[in-house]
Amino acid sequence: MAEEVKKAPRPVDPNSAKYKLGKIAGDAYVNAIEAKKQGKPVAWVSSNFPVEIPETLGIATVYPENQAAGIAARGAGERMCDVAEAEGYSNDICAYARVSLAYAKLKECPEQDVAMPDVLLCCNNICNCMIKWYENLAQELNIPMIILDIPFNPDYEVSQAFIDYVGAQFWDAVHQLEEIFNIKWDDKKFEEVTGFSCRSSKAWLAATGEAHWTPSPFNGFDLLNHMAVMVTARGKAEAAEAMETLLKEYKENHEKGVSTFREEEKYRIMFEGIACWPYLRATSKGLKSRGINMVTTIYADAFGFDYSSFDEMIAAYCSVPNAINLEKARDKRVKLCKDDNVEGLLVHTNRSCKLWSGFMPEMSRQIGEACGIPVASFDGDQADPRNFSEAQYDTRVQGLMEIMESNK
Amino acid sequence: MYTLGIDIGSTTSKCALMKDGKEIVATSLRVGGMGTDGPEAAITDIWARTYLTRSDVDKVIVTGYGRKNYEGADGEVSELTCHAFGGNYVYGNELRTIIDIGGQDAKVICMNDQGRMSNFIMNDKCAAGTGRFLEVMANILKMDINNLSDCAMQSTSPASISSTCTVFAESEVISQLANGVKRPDLVAGICESVATRVGALVRRVQVKEKVCMSGGVAANEYLRKVLGDKLGVTIEYDPLAQYFGAIGAAIYAYNKK
Ligand code: SF4
Repeated sequence: MAEEVKKAPRPVDPNSAKYKLGKIAGDAYVNAIEAKKQGKPVAWVSSNFPVEIPETLGIATVYPENQAAGIAARGAGERMCDVAEAEGYSNDICAYARVSLAYAKLKECPEQDVAMPDVLLCCNNICNCMIKWYENLAQELNIPMIILDIPFNPDYEVSQAFIDYVGAQFWDAVHQLEEIFNIKWDDKKFEEVTGFSCRSSKAWLAATGEAHWTPSPFNGFDLLNHMAVMVTARGKAEAAEAMETLLKEYKENHEKGVSTFREEEKYRIMFEGIACWPYLRATSKGLKSRGINMVTTIYADAFGFDYSSFDEMIAAYCSVPNAINLEKARDKRVKLCKDDNVEGLLVHTNRSCKLWSGFMPEMSRQIGEACGIPVASFDGDQADPRNFSEAQYDTRVQGLMEIMESNK
Repeated sequence: MYTLGIDIGSTTSKCALMKDGKEIVATSLRVGGMGTDGPEAAITDIWARTYLTRSDVDKVIVTGYGRKNYEGADGEVSELTCHAFGGNYVYGNELRTIIDIGGQDAKVICMNDQGRMSNFIMNDKCAAGTGRFLEVMANILKMDINNLSDCAMQSTSPASISSTCTVFAESEVISQLANGVKRPDLVAGICESVATRVGALVRRVQVKEKVCMSGGVAANEYLRKVLGDKLGVTIEYDPLAQYFGAIGAAIYAYNKK
């Protein structure tokens, strides 16, 4: 048998957004491990917790959802889920939670090691499973947990009462952290952090918005990687700078008529739901090989927090995709579909994320109707590989493509 | 011009040989789908019946779950598109909804007034509401799946099968049998359980008439009737229902000539 010749990976230009963003995402893990070694506090933080708090207080952060996604993408999702299930956690629980609870027990996973936490910062604006997950972590690791309660908002707008309720908790969380770690809040630093967070968000949203060009100057799967920085580091100067580089590159791509989507862009779709990390290659190939570019996804835009006052910041955290009602969630998506000339919608029925997948059948029906586009869904999971069938995925994507073709 | 459509499903293989995309010259069905000799047996049957050979056929298109692994065709297309073509061939442009209950999935295909598929919806990964569910239940009752409908017709009081999970339903059926529930009532309950599950899927796309069923389960008259009643529509049936995929593939082949 001929020996397989492995192509050396193409060197990445250190001035490119890809390099900068990859480095920031990688550094976040390293910095937390370093902080731990130096005896500085480390927090495990849920993805839509106000990053402004730990960043201002100088607390190193680890995002378990991000870690779980990395572990799943590197093929260890099932191994970690098995560990959690053997501990008695049901396999109906979100696989990110299972991976994280398994890590809390093992304290190692070569696919993505992280620093162990001294405190847990939990926010339930993404789901209530988060609360139980973090409560269990707190108990297992015997560390404090601070929760910011942002309930699901059944109304279309965020009321002042809602903002006041969450705003008060924001300061309460700050005071608790000051006390636990004997540190001091610095308003000047806070201002700086919010500045970076808004700069990152503005550039990120503008970059994803470049998808309105046909063909799109980028492959939507790029966003799934780049968004790690928006989740974990949006309050840092480097993040703002890297996001601005990304925006510049996408603009240049459009001007030069090139794209990071390497095939001819025959069809444009919106992808709904968290990525199917264990099968990222298969799900991406199924689209790319048919000339389908996933030009937009609410999942990426969810991490753009742009605001100009404290209240607006709080309102932004109360308006993340899983905290808003069906009508508002639908309207946001319809806007993306229309702005980006989407021809079809592909929905990941993510077995892990009950909240997100639960209202998708009705929401996707309404989006399809409002935009006059076909909708296809497939079963999968963000981290547990046992819930996906490539044949099923392939048939549905092909069916979607055949309708988009006949609609042309 | 002859074209051949091959539909390789999870449990059976079907072929349709057509002339000029309009006339069905021969059809063939063999038990055994993907990964078996079913496809070859079905094709050999076509040659035996028509005295034609592969070289007489201008284009071969394969569809169904086995389409990716079959090498003897000139192209492949999804069974969704093929069922749409097949349904349109039989019922014309008035057809709006096709309900297909196959061996391992259930799908609902919406058609537009030009006879083309405009949208579709498929079941989730669970086997409930698919042909596989009926197959498992027929096995427990030691019955031929083709006789389920006649048996159910004799029911006076259909049993209630509350589990949607195939494995749980299996033990439910066994315990109802042991408790003396009459066989026709049990079979009727099994068919109703599939109809309920598929009915919910159809309602998600807002059923529009004319409605037909395709696939092997379409022949189950009792199930068709119950499903139609649940949806408040009449569900059409044609003996070619099981060949929609293969016919659609042959028509697709002709259109792409
Ligand atoms: S259930 Fe959904 S929102 Fe909640 S942690 Fe899991 S993936 Fe995130």
